Amino acid sequence: MSAVAVPRIAAPARSSRKRRGRFSPTQGALYAVLAIIAVVYISPFLIQVVTSVKTEPDAATNPMSMIPNPVSFAALNKLLLNSDFPHWFLISAVVSVCVMLGRVLFDSAAGYALARLHFRGRNLVFGALIGIMAVPGVALLIPRFLVLRQVGLYDTLPGIILPFFADAAGVFIMKNFFEGIPVAVEESARVDGANIFRTYWSVVLPMARPALVTILIMSFQGSWNELQQFIVSAQRPELINLTKGVALLISGQLGQGTQYPLKLAAATLMTIPVAIIFFIFQKRIMNNATGAVKE
Amino acid sequence: MAMAPARRTTRGGIRKGEALSGWILSAPVLIALFVFLFLPILMTAWVSVSDYNGHGSPLSGKFSFVGADNYVAITSGGGLQEKIFGWSLRNTLWYVVLVVPIVTALSLFLAVIVNGRVLRGRGFFRTAFYFPSVTSSVAIIALWMFLFNASGVVNKMLSWIGIHGPVWFNDPQGIFTALLSGLGLKEAPAALANHGFLGVSWWSWIGGPSWAMTALMLQAIFCTSGTFMLLFIAGLQNLSPEVDEAAIVDGATAWQRFWHVTLPQLKPVLFTVVTLGIIGAWQMFDQVFSSTKGGPGNTTYTLAYRAYSASMIDGYWGQGMAVAFILFGIIILFTILQRFWLRDRPDMPRPPKKTKGVVPS
Repeated sequence: MSAVAVPRIAAPARSSRKRRGRFSPTQGALYAVLAIIAVVYISPFLIQVVTSVKTEPDAATNPMSMIPNPVSFAALNKLLLNSDFPHWFLISAVVSVCVMLGRVLFDSAAGYALARLHFRGRNLVFGALIGIMAVPGVALLIPRFLVLRQVGLYDTLPGIILPFFADAAGVFIMKNFFEGIPVAVEESARVDGANIFRTYWSVVLPMARPALVTILIMSFQGSWNELQQFIVSAQRPELINLTKGVALLISGQLGQGTQYPLKLAAATLMTIPVAIIFFIFQKRIMNNATGAVKE
Repeated sequence: MAMAPARRTTRGGIRKGEALSGWILSAPVLIALFVFLFLPILMTAWVSVSDYNGHGSPLSGKFSFVGADNYVAITSGGGLQEKIFGWSLRNTLWYVVLVVPIVTALSLFLAVIVNGRVLRGRGFFRTAFYFPSVTSSVAIIALWMFLFNASGVVNKMLSWIGIHGPVWFNDPQGIFTALLSGLGLKEAPAALANHGFLGVSWWSWIGGPSWAMTALMLQAIFCTSGTFMLLFIAGLQNLSPEVDEAAIVDGATAWQRFWHVTLPQLKPVLFTVVTLGIIGAWQMFDQVFSSTKGGPGNTTYTLAYRAYSASMIDGYWGQGMAVAFILFGIIILFTILQRFWLRDRPDMPRPPKKTKGVVPS
């Protein structure tokens, strides 16, 4: 196992320096345990990638072999050139981009209003957001289908996208951010005669870039990995996205046979975008996870 | 230039038009929350006490109020609906009871070792353990069905130590039933086999999760331990090192320090992780939808999946919504418990930037 990061943030006050450099048996055991667990956590992904370039008989008879024999791009070919997979990918991408843009706009607008503007009912809005955050999404899954059909959005792209904007967590992130930055800049813009919308658009939003990036990342991960929303908001084949399409594929509803290389190639390809984003923004994402999960 | 607090008290002037702007700026999110979160709650409540059959709108007036009929149908009468509800409740309970303690203990363990004093490569290990948490559960299930197939990787590894593995996703046998059977108790005692609750025999209730459900549980543990590990790491880094150092001076062993010094201080985080784990576990849906669809032998039905399958697949809308509403109640109960505890204890963890009024009043 390669040791990547030097422990530069290793709890400075705590590290007793005399221990460093000496490699005690305890340390050795610790690394052994860590290495074993790391193998358990990482090897499934390696198996996934390797299996997606195996032939079907090879995958079935040598599931553990890390060397495809022979290397076969049949599964990838079928997936990319001769299946609905690229279309699923497109739907996922379109929905994710719309959700990211919409949430950045709406979450920051609501967060700004709650943090800075003084209006009657603000506490009511705030209380409603708190209350609604506690509502378990899964219990509302099927009735959401009924509501979408009631308002005529069922089986449409907007019907898939709009429910994603019910994002109280994002509003809180923006509200907290705005409360943490000085009010002086906006006030001087307002004194200079800019109205609230203009101030928000050309003064506040540019300042909020760090928080907006957080919202973008969270929205991307959330919508790219989302499954339930796609199940209840559409049934047309043209509106199938990656998670729903791959779920139908692996639960055997789109044909017979095990087709492990095909299924694992699909799983690998759908993981690549989140993996890229994760490795670019690793630090930020891990910090977000700590903050976001708590509320 | 005047500071903000002074301006806040003034009316008019710069604050003119704030009410309208405030509502306009919050409107999109508020409308989305109202339509897609609040209305569905009312819809669930209404459909669960109606004879809605899926044709047309439940608000069209063609459907009538049937009282508690749907709730009665899923909890009594000995029919198929009661039986599947019983299995769903049984499976979800086992899932919650086993996954939550295991994932809590594992993530605490990971956090403690990754947070070690002079560990090299801690960033690498943290990333390795957290990565499964950012991937889609559908993709992981695809992988899981490969790893856990009858002649798959997991059974190959079990065969190294002489164990003939189960057929996992196709095996309805409960793990405790399998254990008892291995100990020689192959037949269910008549008292347990012939009586039961919610259409499921006591023998089945105590049989534990099936091998299929066990595979799904392992997937959940794999995919959530990283997130909880990060929470524990944050908690560990907030502890003051002096207490631990005092314990070292007093000659306490590493295990004593962990058990008597670190763990008591981590109680707030521990509580948060456990309640979040419980709330999440009750909502288990995606994995079942992408793999077993409730089978084999009803042993992977969960309440969340049953609410979906009863209404959208089987067409028993009222009963499906009754399941959903019961699930809703259970989760709200745990959420209120968590909030109650968080409010009562000043030392509970809060979101990073604390704001006034974050805790509901």
